[in-house]
Amino acid sequence: MKKNRKSGSGKPPRLANSMKETNFVRICILPTIILLILINIVPLLSSLRYSFTEYTARKLTVPGENPLFIGNENYINLLTDPSVWERFTTTARYVILSVGGEMILGFSFALLLQTKFKGRGIIQTLLVLPMTMSPVIVGLMWKLFLDPNWGMFNYLLGLGRVDWAQDPNINLYAIVMADIWMWTPFVMLLSLAGLSAVPQSLYEAAEVDRASGWFKFTRITLPMVSPLLMIALIFRVMEAFKVFDLPMGITGTGAAAPPLISIKLYKDTFLTWKTGYGSALGYIVLLIVVAITSIFVKYLNKAKQED
Amino acid sequence: MADIKLKDIYKRFNDFTAVSNLNLEIRDKEFLVLLGPSGCGKTTTLRMISGLELPSEGQIILDGEDVTKKRASQRDIAFMFQLFALYPHLTAYQNIAFPLKTQGENKSFIDEEVKRIANLLQIEHVLKRKPKQLSGGDMQRVALGRCLIRKPKALLLDEPIGTLDAKFREEMWSELKKLHVDSGSTSVYVTHDQMEAMSMGDRIAVMDKAVLQQVGEPFEVYSNPRNLFVAKFIGSPGMNFLDMQVVSDGGSISLNFTGDGTRIFISESLQDGIKRRYKEGRKLVLGIRPEDLTLEPSDAVNSFHGRIYVVENMGNHKIVDIELAGGTTLRVRVPPKVKTEIGDNVAITFNMEMVRLFDSEDGESIVYQEHS
Repeated sequence: MKKNRKSGSGKPPRLANSMKETNFVRICILPTIILLILINIVPLLSSLRYSFTEYTARKLTVPGENPLFIGNENYINLLTDPSVWERFTTTARYVILSVGGEMILGFSFALLLQTKFKGRGIIQTLLVLPMTMSPVIVGLMWKLFLDPNWGMFNYLLGLGRVDWAQDPNINLYAIVMADIWMWTPFVMLLSLAGLSAVPQSLYEAAEVDRASGWFKFTRITLPMVSPLLMIALIFRVMEAFKVFDLPMGITGTGAAAPPLISIKLYKDTFLTWKTGYGSALGYIVLLIVVAITSIFVKYLNKAKQED
Repeated sequence: MADIKLKDIYKRFNDFTAVSNLNLEIRDKEFLVLLGPSGCGKTTTLRMISGLELPSEGQIILDGEDVTKKRASQRDIAFMFQLFALYPHLTAYQNIAFPLKTQGENKSFIDEEVKRIANLLQIEHVLKRKPKQLSGGDMQRVALGRCLIRKPKALLLDEPIGTLDAKFREEMWSELKKLHVDSGSTSVYVTHDQMEAMSMGDRIAVMDKAVLQQVGEPFEVYSNPRNLFVAKFIGSPGMNFLDMQVVSDGGSISLNFTGDGTRIFISESLQDGIKRRYKEGRKLVLGIRPEDLTLEPSDAVNSFHGRIYVVENMGNHKIVDIELAGGTTLRVRVPPKVKTEIGDNVAITFNMEMVRLFDSEDGESIVYQEHS
C-alpha cells in the first residue's frame, strides 16, 4: 500500500482504490474478530469478574447475592489449600514425565528416520497417525487397552491383573504413557524439519575438521535443531499442563482419578458448580502457563537474535 | 606439508562417470589449480583428495601414504567450501577454533593459535561475530582461518571466492597466493574462471568431460594448448580459429584458408608435423591469439584481408573484430593509437611463430610436445 501511494502521478484514484481495498480487507476480517471476541474475550473477562465473587452458574443471577463480591478470598483459599499445591506438583510431575519422554523419543525417532532405508515413508506416516486422532478417542482406546480384565497391555507384557486406570498409585503413569504415545510424533515431525534444515556441508566441514560422530552431534546437530526443539517443548508443556481429555478418557474424573489440576478445575466448576472458585483456579492456571511459555519464548528469541 | 599423487582414478555415480582415468601429481608446496567448466569433474576430484568422496577405482597417495580408503577425518587435510560452510551458530572465534577443539587441545593453546591466525588474516575485530554478521570477505578469511589453524598436509579450496564481487575477487587472488606462500602449504584450488587460474596457479590442470586435458604452467597452457578445448577455454578474448586445408607444393607444405583461398606459408617444424600425419586436402584448424595478429596497411606475406566491424576500446589496448571472407571473424588486439574505423578494409598479418594447428576431427594439437 505504501508503494501505491508513493508511486505514480494519478494520486487521487489510487488512494481511493487503496482505501476501498483496506475496507474490503477489514470487512473480511470482521466475522473472525467478532467470533473471537464472543468466544474468547467475553468469557475471559467475565470469568475474571467471577473469580472475585462467590457465584454459581447453577442458580439464577441475583444482583448483590449471586454473584456476591468477596474480593480476593477465592485466591487466598486456593493458594493456602495444601491439596491444591499437591495437585500442582502432581501436574508438574505429569508434565515433566510426559513431555520429557516425548522429547527424547521424538528426537530419537527423527534421528533414526534421517537415514534412508526401504519403507521409510510408510513408517513415517504410521508413526504420525496417533497425533491425528481426537484425544478423547485416544483416552478411551487406551482405557480398553489397559483394562485389567481383558486389556491387551497386561496380556502382552505378562503383567497379570494390574489395574492401570483405577489404581491411584500408577494411573498417572498410564496417562503419561498415552500422552507420550499420542504426542511423540509431534516432536518427531518438528525435529525432522529441524534436522533436514541443517546443511550437509556443515557435516562435511566437521568431518574435514576431524570431528567424531558424537562431537558432530553435540556441536552441530543439537544447536542447529534446538530452536525447533524449543518450539516443540513450548507447545507440549502448554498442552500437557492443562491436559484433561486423556485422563477423562482413561481414568474418568471420579475418586480414583489422579490429582491433576485440570480435573479439580473441572470438578469444582462443572460438578459442584462453584463457578467463582473455579474461575479463580482457572486464572491461576492461566498465569502459570503464560509465565512458563514466556520464559521459553524469551529464550527462543534470544537464540534467534544470536544467530 | 606433502605431495599428492592420484593414480588411475575413476569416479562413477551410477551410470555417470564424473572422473575418468585421472593421473595427476601435485608437488610439495605447489599451488595447483584445477580448471574446467561446470560438471567437468574438478570438484569431484577435489572431494576425492579430501576423502569426502571415495574413488571407484584408483589410488590416492598423500605424503607417501596410501589414503585411498581413508575417511576425510583421517587424512589431515583442510577443505575450504564453495559457500564457506561456516558453523552458523558459532562465532568467528569458535569457527576458527573448531578443528583444534575436535582434537581436545587445551584452552590456552587454542586461544593462542586463534589469535595468531586472526592476526595473520587481520580479522581480530570480527572474532566475536557470528557468520551472518560478517561481510563476504571476512567470511572468507574466517573460513580460511579454520583451514590454516592446524597446519594441514594439504589445503583444498573449492571455488572459495566465486561468490564475491569482481573487484574484491582480484584482491583476494593475491591475498590467497601470498597466504599460500607464507604458510608453505600444498594447495589445490578448483575454479571455472581461467583468469583466476592463470593469476594464481603454479600449474594449471585443465579438465573437461571427466578427463584431464592438460597440466602445465600457466604460460605453457596458454601458449601451447594441447588441444582445441584447452585453446578455447583459456584466454580472454579467446584464441582465433580458422579452417585451413593442407596444400602440397612440390616438397613444401602450405595451408589454404577455406574462406577465400588465402595461402599461408608455415614453419618447417609445422610442415614436418603435417607431413607425418596428413595428406593433401586434409582440413586443419589454425589457432592464433589476438595479440599475435597485427594490422599492417601493406600487403605482406601471410596476411589476410578483412573488414573492421566492431572496435572495443579497453584503454590500454583495443580489441578489433574483423570479418574475413566466408564469414569467419578474427579478433585482433592492437595498441590504442592504431587507427581503426568501422567499415575499413584492412590487412592482417600473422606472427607465424605463434600459429598453432589442430586436427579438425579429434582436436589434438599437431606440434604439441610434452615439456614436463
